[in-house]
Formats: sequence, structure tokens, C-alpha cells
Amino acid sequence: MIQLRNIRKTYQTGYNRLEVLKGIDLEIEAGAFASIMGSSGSGKSTLLNIIGMLDDYDHGDYHLDGTLIKGLSQADAAHYRNRFIGFVFQSFNLLPFKTAQENVALPLYYQKIDRLKRQKMAMEYLDMVGLADWASHLPTQLSGGQQQRVAIARALITQPKVILADEPTGALDTHTSYEVMELFKKVNQEGITVLIVTHEKDISDMTRRIIRLRDGLIENPAEGGVAVQPSV
Amino acid sequence: MFNRDTWQEILATVRKHKLRTGLTALGVFWGIFMLIFVLGMGQGLENGVFRDFGSRAKNVMYVWPERTTQPYQGFQPGRQPQLDMDDILAIKQYIPEVQYIGPRLSLRNIPASYRDIGDSYEIRGEMEDMIRIEALTLYEGRYINALDIRDSRKVAVLGKRTAEVLFGKEDCIGRYFRIGGMEFRAVGIFGPMQIKPWTEDDLEAIVIPLTTMYRAFGTGERVDYFVCSAAPDVQVSAIEPKVKGLLKQRHRVAPDDPRGIGAFNLEEEYQGIVNLFGGIKAFLWFVGIGTLMAGIVGVSNIMLITVKERTKEIGIRKALGATPGSIIQMILAESVLITGISGYLGLIAGAFVIGLINYVMVANNLEPDNFYNPQVNLSVGLSAITLLVLAGAAAGLLPALQAARVDPVVALKDE
Repeated sequence: MIQLRNIRKTYQTGYNRLEVLKGIDLEIEAGAFASIMGSSGSGKSTLLNIIGMLDDYDHGDYHLDGTLIKGLSQADAAHYRNRFIGFVFQSFNLLPFKTAQENVALPLYYQKIDRLKRQKMAMEYLDMVGLADWASHLPTQLSGGQQQRVAIARALITQPKVILADEPTGALDTHTSYEVMELFKKVNQEGITVLIVTHEKDISDMTRRIIRLRDGLIENPAEGGVAVQPSV
Repeated sequence: MFNRDTWQEILATVRKHKLRTGLTALGVFWGIFMLIFVLGMGQGLENGVFRDFGSRAKNVMYVWPERTTQPYQGFQPGRQPQLDMDDILAIKQYIPEVQYIGPRLSLRNIPASYRDIGDSYEIRGEMEDMIRIEALTLYEGRYINALDIRDSRKVAVLGKRTAEVLFGKEDCIGRYFRIGGMEFRAVGIFGPMQIKPWTEDDLEAIVIPLTTMYRAFGTGERVDYFVCSAAPDVQVSAIEPKVKGLLKQRHRVAPDDPRGIGAFNLEEEYQGIVNLFGGIKAFLWFVGIGTLMAGIVGVSNIMLITVKERTKEIGIRKALGATPGSIIQMILAESVLITGISGYLGLIAGAFVIGLINYVMVANNLEPDNFYNPQVNLSVGLSAITLLVLAGAAAGLLPALQAARVDPVVALKDE
């Protein structure tokens, strides 16, 4: 599903060049449930952004579902993101002036899907994450866990191939974190590739594969760089 | 492009920032309001000035005799030609571009009386077309007509004030009164179209047929001066030399004598004032658009801040699949909506205030000099609306491009 070959990324800040990714080789097969671990500054967020086509890379090749993702125009990148990727963020990133249902429906707006159909689908996905009764609530009226579940519903509504989650439990307590992870597990069981960036060991332990990142390189290519467990 | 969803997205954000949107809108509202108001008042000024010209004055000329300055065919300079009835008939016959011609012969300080009330007045001998040329209006009865002229009838049309003095509240039409010891029948009351210091004479004059004047007062068939109007599709300045040429020939005035026959028309002055108002209007547009520009810059400024504030939201939208185009569209539409609605309200308010001023002036019979019937015409309104849409787009352009450049990686970075 995701193939990275010798991915390099350098940030230019003033006169300093900061090489964040120093040649990443990574393959994640369809249906994987993996986590990327690493200390802060190890490049894990950058890697996730490149996989999510939010950021470009300087060197190497990235294939997503067989398609080379390189030097895309912003519009093309937006299109691919919308069709292939579902994002989940640490701070949920729900639009505060929209209800839960409207938030979930938003990605479909950019697919130019009819309004009524959007609302109907949004309800289905809210129901799936157990928040159907909260559809008309604003994010501020929801707890952190509920907000993250809304965000997951939003990520799923486009039926993406990959879910990318950047510290999805970072702002949640342990109990809620586990609930969210259960939800990811359920999502994964439906065949969707789930990739989670985290620095919490108990979270990464719930995934079937752990990729360790250190100073812009994958630390455990032997066990992490290749598939250890095929998907169900 | 702008479907219901787009509008809902915009309305949601506008509703979220009511105060800010309102203040922004105020700038554009004021801009358009001032534009409309200033142009409307300018139109009032223009209408007022052009009303003073009278509706037909611009196509009218006055012709009178004056002393010659050159010797010609044995005549010495300094001779005063004398216009007469034959000149009028000759002009009618030889210059078809002249539509109406109105000769006038005035006698001053002629006593006129009704019963025991009397005073001395200016008596004017005229022909029937005078009321069609000069800015005169008939209040009652009729003016001199062709039969009066043919039969030299002893009928008189009284200036409004004269009628009031002689007849008081009595209806004067059909009554007999005396002018210079002779019985005349009053047939009408006239006055100037507008009462101005220079039209007071018209209020106090008594008009009788020119032919009656000749017979009753023994003046001989002379004419003090005459007024004539050009046919509708002819410019009066074009016939002026023809009329003067004919009269010079008839009265043996040297053709190149700058004097001898004097003439005056308002066409040049009229054109000058038309040009002046063209300039004033251009200036008013300039000022009005300047005010509007200030409003637009305000909108643009606020939208830039809005975009800054919404960086995160824009980042989220991009992550969810919004293209730069859709972001630009969203910001532009918001800008056009804000400027459009507030500008439209400004347009209505401006037109309303102008209408109100006009209404108050009419209701209270206020007629200040040089101001009359302020109005906003349709073309100004349509221009303003076109301007608004363009303005909205212009105001939104910079912020929209800014929004399109938002980098989702930076926007979504968690602190």
C-alpha cells in the first residue's frame, strides 16, 4: 500500500539546513496496523506528512497504492488526500463552529457529494463510532474522547485506503486512549491500513507492527522495515 | 460555482463573526452611501442650474438693433437701425430654420386702471408665439392669439402681480379695464416660469397685441427687439449669422460690422455649464469612489486578518481535500457577499436619503436657488452595483491568495 524508497527531506531554516529524513526505506502492506515511534525530532511527523501528501520530499520515491506520489500540484495532492487518506490529529482539529455531523460530512463536500447524502452518511459514521445522539453538538460540547471519535468518523467517511493518525491519544487519558485504540482496531479489521504516530509504548504495543525512528532513519529495519505480520 | 453549500459555508463563518463582519460591512456601506448621496446631490445642483435656464432657453436667441461702427453705402457710422414688422415677416419668409419668432415693443409708465385702482405699468406689444419661446407660463385664460393680431383687438394679458393689484381677488378674465385711457378686455394672466430677480418684470407687465399697440399708441411699426427659437434639430448658433446677415442687408449695415445688429444666445453658456457639470460629476465620482476604496481596503484588511485567524481551519480543510481553488472561491465569495450586501444596503440608504430630501423639499415648498430635484438615476445605481461586485472581488483577492498559500503542515502543527 505504502512504499518509500530512500526518502530524504531537508528543511532550510535561515542559514541552517536541517536534514530531518535521511533516507527512509519502508513498505507498509495493505491492511497493516502499524505505529511509528520515536522521540521528538526524530522525523516521525514529517514522515507522516509526506505519506499524507501534506508535505513534499526532496529525494527518493513514494508509491501509494501503486501510484507514484511525487511533485504533485496542490490541487492533485488535495484530490489524492481526499480519496485515499483519512487524517486523525492529536488536537482533533474539528471545525469549532460546525456540529459533529457537519464536521464528519465536510470531506464529502470536497467530493461534491449532494448535501442530503452527505448528512445521511455522516449520521451512519457517527453511529459507527457510537455518537449518533451527539450529532447536533458542537465540538466544545463534547469530551476529548468524543471529539476524537468524531474526528475518526470524519477520517473514515471518504472510505480511504489509509488512516494516518498523528498522536491520536496524546490529549486523552489512558481509559479514553484505549477506547480510541479499540476503534482503530475495529477500523483496521475492516481492511483499512492504519498508521499511528505515537511516543507512548502502551499505544504502540496495541499495533501489530512498530516502526522505530531515530534521527531521521528507521532504527529497526530488520523487524520493522519489512512486514512481520500479514494482515488478516 | 456558488451553490447552496458554498453559501452555507460562508454564512456559517459570517454568523460566527457577527461584530467583525458588521464593522467591515459598515465601511463599504458608508462608501456606497456617500457615492450615491454625493452624486444625487450633484444631480440636484445640476437640475437646479439647468432649471434656471428654462426648458427651451438654450435654443433661443435675442436680436436687437444697436449703433453701427462702420460707414456703408453712404451712411455714416453711429447710425441706429430700427427694426420693424417687415423684418419679422422677412425672417419668417427667408429663414425656415427659425421655428418661432416673437417681437416685442415695450412702452413704460403707461397708466392702467380698473375702477378706482390704478398704477403705471410696462405695456408690451407682442405676437402670439412669444409664450412659446420665452420662459413664460399662463396661469389663467389665454395668451395673445393670431386673430388678436390680425384684427388688432383690444385685449390684454396681465402679469400675475398686475392682475392682483388691479383686480384684487376678483376674477379678471373677460373684464374691461383701461390702459392709457382706452378700454381693454383682460383675457389671461401670465407670469415667469420661475420667479427670480431678473424675471420680476414679467410679473408686472401687461401684454397686448403688437398691431393694437401700433394703432392705439401711435408707435409706428417698429420693434424693440425680438426673440426667436431654432427648429428642434437646428442649433441656434447656426442660424444666428443668417438672421444677423439678413437684417444687416435690410438695414444697410456693413456685413463685417461687429455692431449694428446685436444678438445673444445662451447656447455657448449652456454648453459651458454642461461641461462644468461634466467636470463636477467626474470629481464627485472620484471622491465617491475614493470613499468606497477606503471601505474596500477595510474589507481587504479584515479579510486578511480573518485568513490569518482561520489558518488552522484552512489547514484542516486542505488536509480533508480542499483544493487551493476551493479555498480561493470560499474567501472570494465571502468578500463579495459582505461587500455586496452592505453595499446594496448603502445604495438603498443613499437613494432613500436623497428621496427623503426631495420629498421634504417638495412638501415644504422649499425652492433654494440652484438646487432642485436631487435624484439617483438608474445608470448610477447599476454602475454602483457593478462596482460593488468588482470591489468585493478585488477586496477578497489578496486574502484569498493568502489563504490558498496556507501550508497545512505549518497550520496543523500542534503547539
